[in-house]
Amino acid sequence: MSAAATLVPDFVDPRENATVRIRDVVRRFDSRTALDGISLDIPAGQFVALIGKSGSGKSTLLRAIADLDDDVEGGGRIDAPDNRSVLFQDSRLLPWQSVIENILLGVRDAGARARAEAVLADVGLAGRADAWPNQLSGGEQQRVALARSLVRRPDLLLADEPFGALDALTRLKMQQLLFRLVGVQRPTIVLVTHDVDEALILADRVLVMDEGRIVLDRPVGIAHPRRASDPAFATLRTTLLGALGVTETI
Amino acid sequence: MTLHAKPSDIAPVSVVTAPLPARRVIARRSIRSRRLTPRTLGPAGLLIGPAVLVLVWEFASQVGWLSPRLLAAPSTAAVTGFEMLLDGDLTAHFLASAQRAYAGLGLGLVIGVVLALLAGLTRSGEASIDGAVQIKRAIPTLALIPLAILWLGIGDAMKVALITTAVLVPIYINTHAALRSIDLRYVELARTVGLTRLEFVRKVALPGALPGFFTGLRLAVTACWTSLVVLEQINTTEGIGYLMNRARDYGQTDIIVVGLAIYAILGLASDFAVRALERRALAYRKVLGS
Ligand SMILES: Nc1ncnc2c1ncn2[C@@H]1O[C@H](COP(=O)(O)OP(=O)(O)OP(=O)(O)O)[C@@H](O)[C@H]1O
Ligand SMILES: [Mg+2]
Repeated sequence: MSAAATLVPDFVDPRENATVRIRDVVRRFDSRTALDGISLDIPAGQFVALIGKSGSGKSTLLRAIADLDDDVEGGGRIDAPDNRSVLFQDSRLLPWQSVIENILLGVRDAGARARAEAVLADVGLAGRADAWPNQLSGGEQQRVALARSLVRRPDLLLADEPFGALDALTRLKMQQLLFRLVGVQRPTIVLVTHDVDEALILADRVLVMDEGRIVLDRPVGIAHPRRASDPAFATLRTTLLGALGVTETI
Repeated sequence: MTLHAKPSDIAPVSVVTAPLPARRVIARRSIRSRRLTPRTLGPAGLLIGPAVLVLVWEFASQVGWLSPRLLAAPSTAAVTGFEMLLDGDLTAHFLASAQRAYAGLGLGLVIGVVLALLAGLTRSGEASIDGAVQIKRAIPTLALIPLAILWLGIGDAMKVALITTAVLVPIYINTHAALRSIDLRYVELARTVGLTRLEFVRKVALPGALPGFFTGLRLAVTACWTSLVVLEQINTTEGIGYLMNRARDYGQTDIIVVGLAIYAILGLASDFAVRALERRALAYRKVLGS
């Protein structure tokens, strides 16, 4: 933990059970190596953004942390909190369950219902509790998925391009919503995104992946609220785009 | 009106220099042709076809094209049916038939669903059940009559058992297929939210298989009445099938038509009930034709 903590020196979170520890993780599909020996420590409460080219292994890493890949060949060791939520690119709501039932899937503690209604109000969908998912717009469905992730107060939130399918305006609103809501619960977060600006606006730390390895690991030491016009923002942006092999000049 | 002109009426003009038809007309046409599925008919609309058929039939009987010895007129059959209803005869036969059909339907339904769940959700179930049901599917129910008579006699037990096996197959096949095709993403979601196995069956597997179950149920409802028609020709003293057999011996085509009408009405009513049930249970879907 100490190695990662030095990256964000002013960050201290005592919740030991919310840390993620990854050692020498390898994943292979047939003969393709999707993860090529990843080692990584994420301290509790840190917001990590994972960016990289298409096919660089981001989703594979996220699924490995989520323990959704037991049919995939590989090795290594991952310690992650059991109390975790996964936010997918598709909202993945069960179409035959109402909004509130979807949020409460697998939540069994007393008071869950009231909490679910509160979270639903937080994502701006109070009063839609009994709607069918099909009756909601794509952005609204994704907000329900966010509510489903947060109602179980996860120690770890894993999100794979959760806003990737949304239009630019909705995406901005969703980013703000996510930031506001996780600011309250402070779970550890790994957010996969292909959007460098999204990473820089939200994350404490940005990882760049390429061909199954982490090729860049940068803290984002910029105070919130962040603006793209901030020179520090622009510098970091250029660095990250460089690591992705992109230049901004046309 | 360019739009109504036949191709041969149109002088060959170059695409570039040809005058454009009025704009509004183009817009109207393109909107209309964009509808890819027909508007759904109300229940009344679906009755147009049968009504025309009955009218033609009645007309043919009245003018003497159809001899009553071959086929009674619908009006004659209606009168006969009404008389039989008044003297209570029809009700008794009807109840006897309905009892057999629905006992078989209920049994087959439960067994079919349980088998589908076992085969769809467990490896040993898949291994032991699926092949057996597929083989049963290849054997027509009516081909089992001789064996069933040897085992269960010629009474109602044999009839209900055979209806059960006839009903079980479509229920099983369709429910099982729907279970197997449940989106794997939902299974993955069930894992991430930590559903127990029972919760998974209740909240993901069963609702996911419901559309297939209803397809099976509609086939099953038809199958139970179809089997009944044949089975009621064997050693019965009560039932619509018996009624029709006896009428054949006496050449009473009007009673035969009454029997046919009852089968048709029962089949349609059952199908209608299943559809209504389906609409309620699958209210979350917006599907074509619903
Ligand atoms: N189920 C699978 N079967 C075979 N190969 C796979 C499978 N899943 C991923 N891969 C391969 O593993 C590599 C990494 O894939 P991954 O999905 O992790 O990429 P990604 O970084 O998430 O890309 P994207 O940004 O396009 O989502 C790719 O080369 C991909 O083809
Ligand atoms: Mg991906």
